[in-house]
Amino acid sequence: MPAENQIISSCVIEQGTVFKDGSMLFENKGADLAEFLLSIYQHFQLNYPRFYKMDNLSKLGWLASEVLLKDTYEKDQYQPEEMGLVLANRNSSLDNDIKYLESAKEIASPSLFVYTLPNIVIGEICIRNNFKGEHGFYIQDSFDAGFIAGQVDYLLNNNILKACICGWVEVLGQDYKAALYLVEKNQTDKSVPFSIKNINSIFETF
Amino acid sequence: MVADNVLSPIGKTTAGNFDQLKKSVSGVKEQNKPTVSPKPFFASLFNKDDINIEAGRTQFEQLLIDSISDALKNSYIDPKDKKTILIISSTKGNIGLLETEEYTLELEKRIALSTSGRLVAEHFGFVNTPIIISNACISGVVGIIAGMRLLRTGQYENAIVTGGDVISSFILSGFESFQALSPKVCRPFDKSRNGLNLGEGAATIILSTNKKYAKNIKVLGGSVSNDANHISGPSRTGKELSLAIDQSLKEAGLSANEIDFISAHGTATPYNDEMEAKAISLSGLQSSPVNSLKGYYGHTLGAAGLIESIISIQSLKEGVLLPTPGYKESGVTQSVNVVANIQPMTAKNFLKTASGFGGCNAAIIFGK
Repeated sequence: MPAENQIISSCVIEQGTVFKDGSMLFENKGADLAEFLLSIYQHFQLNYPRFYKMDNLSKLGWLASEVLLKDTYEKDQYQPEEMGLVLANRNSSLDNDIKYLESAKEIASPSLFVYTLPNIVIGEICIRNNFKGEHGFYIQDSFDAGFIAGQVDYLLNNNILKACICGWVEVLGQDYKAALYLVEKNQTDKSVPFSIKNINSIFETF
Repeated sequence: MVADNVLSPIGKTTAGNFDQLKKSVSGVKEQNKPTVSPKPFFASLFNKDDINIEAGRTQFEQLLIDSISDALKNSYIDPKDKKTILIISSTKGNIGLLETEEYTLELEKRIALSTSGRLVAEHFGFVNTPIIISNACISGVVGIIAGMRLLRTGQYENAIVTGGDVISSFILSGFESFQALSPKVCRPFDKSRNGLNLGEGAATIILSTNKKYAKNIKVLGGSVSNDANHISGPSRTGKELSLAIDQSLKEAGLSANEIDFISAHGTATPYNDEMEAKAISLSGLQSSPVNSLKGYYGHTLGAAGLIESIISIQSLKEGVLLPTPGYKESGVTQSVNVVANIQPMTAKNFLKTASGFGGCNAAIIFGK
């Protein structure tokens, strides 16, 4: 049995709040989702023009990954192929699918069509951080911590990855939630064991 | 590998499909379907009477059920066994409902892939909640890799990996907006290639760690990588697909010269085939025969990795190397050994590759 993997950091974005490692870093209640996402971008003084091109699902996942990695993950700490992602959600890219189909009644837009896939959020996070390793996007009725943990443990324990971002990124209309975890093999002073209990308790932060 | 099925417009079983391919029968033809596109287009689509859609199911779900049923028929695997897991791969599932139905909360639930998963699982009596993968055009290959890993950890003994996609106006208009569709039958790796054809289909592969199947063809290794370069265009260097190929070879314990042929993604878009040729070359596989089956099936999205893996397994079993329909003259900058004509072969192992939007790449190796 290999030693238990560790949650190095976590980020939960839900109901107008942004949490990192259990502490609330930002709050903006009452804004609609697009405004809320933009306010997170501004609050954390991010500078990444691609952000404006993304659909809400990619924006949410990308913002969560920025907060997750900030001051936690040193850029190029590992080789590009040693970093990967395992994400899941309930409604795939339906939020943007509806927008694409509406636009296609006039002229189909390739820039909207490309976001009609849930794994595009993984692509966006990979482009930003030059992550080139294993990844997968899964559809689940509700967050299945056991399955996600099994996937991530396999990738780390078989030395396929050195670090993995995993979790949940869901957007449909004004309903949204992101819960991301940075998981590695080695313990740090702030890390907690990557157990189903810990994954679920962070997921229920709010 | 215990059993498999390919359900396509040209056949309802793996053997039926393979017989058609040996006779150069292709499903890709000019289609007049105003519900999908106002003008005629080339694609491989089911006819209305090909599938008998039972009440309460969509075409997508019926395809999965029919494909799984046929694969199970040829095995002794019990879906009700708690050591059996169902894995479903699809790129767009029931998205077509968005075009024909009024948008309500109920429709939202109906479209969700987990609803289809539950429906299919209940039909067969699977006790475990199915695993659903939606990772663009590599979904099918990722499904097989996920199955392989779940069996390797010992969590399950049998994995039934299925996948399918149905072509709707949603999908066709999107690929058209990218100017990615060929106005004729596609021509993978050819000088005059000018885009892909879309296709419908479903396929199922059953994997087991039970010793009684030890002499069957095996999944030897698989890997996924990301280009980290562009959302809709493939890598310019092919380095990342090559990484996935190298990792798969390592996992399989094989060297490049032990790969007897390659079933490429080969969509026939200018950029995909060029990228794949570079990756094949980077991994030292330039002398391995390469084919693309897209000229027979079109691009079947979430089913592509499954259909093309299963047909290639059949190639391995029968010792028949299938050609790349539409290929005449190389149109890629790297020298790769594209198969132009059907030929006999003695083969032990093959590599299957796939790539898709979001910069994703996958490689998997099967062997005797």
